[in-house]
Amino acid sequence: MAAGDRDSNQARRKAAMAVLAQADTREIAKCLQSIAVPAHEDLREPENGLIMLRGRIGGDGAPFNLGEATVSRAAVRLSTGEVGLGYALGRDREKARLIALCDALVQSERLCDSVETLIIAPLRADILAKRRHKAAQTAATKVDFYTMVRGEG
Amino acid sequence: MYVAVKGGERAIENAHRLLAHERRGERSVPELALEQIAQQLGLAVDRVMTEGSLYDRELAALAIKQARGDMIEAIFLMRAFRATLPRFGSSEPVDTGAMQIHRRISSTFKDIPGGQILGPTFDYTHRLLDAQLADGFVPEEPATAEAAAPATPRVTDFLGRDGLIERSPGAEPDAAVGDLTREPLSFPAERDLRLQNLARGDEGFLLALGYSSQRGYGRNHPFAGEIRFGEVEVEFFAEDAGFAVPLGSIALTECQMVNQFKGSATEAPCFTRGYGLAFGQSERKAMSMALVDRALRARELGEEITAAVQDEEFVMSHSDNVQATGFVEHLKLPHYVDFQSELGLLRKLRKEFADANDVEPLQEAAE
Repeated sequence: MAAGDRDSNQARRKAAMAVLAQADTREIAKCLQSIAVPAHEDLREPENGLIMLRGRIGGDGAPFNLGEATVSRAAVRLSTGEVGLGYALGRDREKARLIALCDALVQSERLCDSVETLIIAPLRADILAKRRHKAAQTAATKVDFYTMVRGEG
Repeated sequence: MYVAVKGGERAIENAHRLLAHERRGERSVPELALEQIAQQLGLAVDRVMTEGSLYDRELAALAIKQARGDMIEAIFLMRAFRATLPRFGSSEPVDTGAMQIHRRISSTFKDIPGGQILGPTFDYTHRLLDAQLADGFVPEEPATAEAAAPATPRVTDFLGRDGLIERSPGAEPDAAVGDLTREPLSFPAERDLRLQNLARGDEGFLLALGYSSQRGYGRNHPFAGEIRFGEVEVEFFAEDAGFAVPLGSIALTECQMVNQFKGSATEAPCFTRGYGLAFGQSERKAMSMALVDRALRARELGEEITAAVQDEEFVMSHSDNVQATGFVEHLKLPHYVDFQSELGLLRKLRKEFADANDVEPLQEAAE
């Protein structure tokens, strides 16, 4: 595979994962029903673990360890050979497995377009709508402080 | 010294049964659901995650329920749970500049790019108890407004562009990031370790220390340059994927304290900084952390160390409430053997005193 292909392949997988990691497990499962998923098996049983979350000193400086978070991960292999990886914050192992399955499907030339249209796009739209709603509520609390100008007399 | 004792198994078992009963309370009153705690006692959950040093809202809600609302007990439970899971690795450092903002204020500039956004805050409330909340209160739907493009640079970024504030210390290439969960503390400690220690440190302890610095014990003239709360995305470089995998978002509060300036013969004077970062909406914690972080930089900035808040060994050795409560509360455990030997020694000394002064020793009721 040429470097450019690998980069665009990675970018597509990463973009899909970014949506899936934010999505609700039941929603992912529901979207998956609209796709003829090929036979697949767990390459790695879904498991729970931790990652150490890092911040940066001053927000933009050297990294430091902030504290840990629970995380789940899984790996799934399609009968056609594609291996998908699933990672998500939290202890929902089924979510990690579903993300791994979607990641494998994203890499399938035959299915990647329908995964984008039938799974990723609707989940993304849902996440963005929720985010916009929250942003609108937040925007209503924006203030303009002003310093009083001393009047005459 | 604590010496192991045996016995009391039945009493202990019954005490735990009684605890479970008391925790449940009157059984005609509905039981608390974890979702109720996570949603309606959200700031308690944030604190337990921050000081338990484990981001997991559901687990923190369970810990609070199990601990009957005792925060330090809940934090202890989180720490203990953490020890049961393997660590997959470390996240990429989160980018708080790209935060999806829920609240963002500056007390140093009124016209900051992106604006002052109050968000859900207790500020400007009158702190009067609200009887309406006692039963069945349904709040109004939040107001909405058109959200502008969410460019919200950090206040310290634009102060930094003019050179008015010191830069954050850059990362040394290949330098390991200190981790106090893996290596025991040793002193002097670098700033990465100090921040990790403060991030999991007791809010009350850091609040008191920060307050002491404001009152003059290691004064450093702070301004709240910026406080922001919102969501940031987390990425983790997964070896098997070969790239940084998105994991979802976490809520964080960040505080940039802007402090008294400092210059030298070779450097123009500029403001110095203190930094605070905490899980969830933990504003008091992030502010206290930033005050203490700045005070602990006394050595680096060539300031005279005169106060407790500037003494890293003192601060870092006593900030952890799980360690502190362990040592304080172990005094409850049977110390009978230890105490008997002290008692024996005291009797001997009293007898010697009586013999030397030719007085009749007092009869002791306990003997």
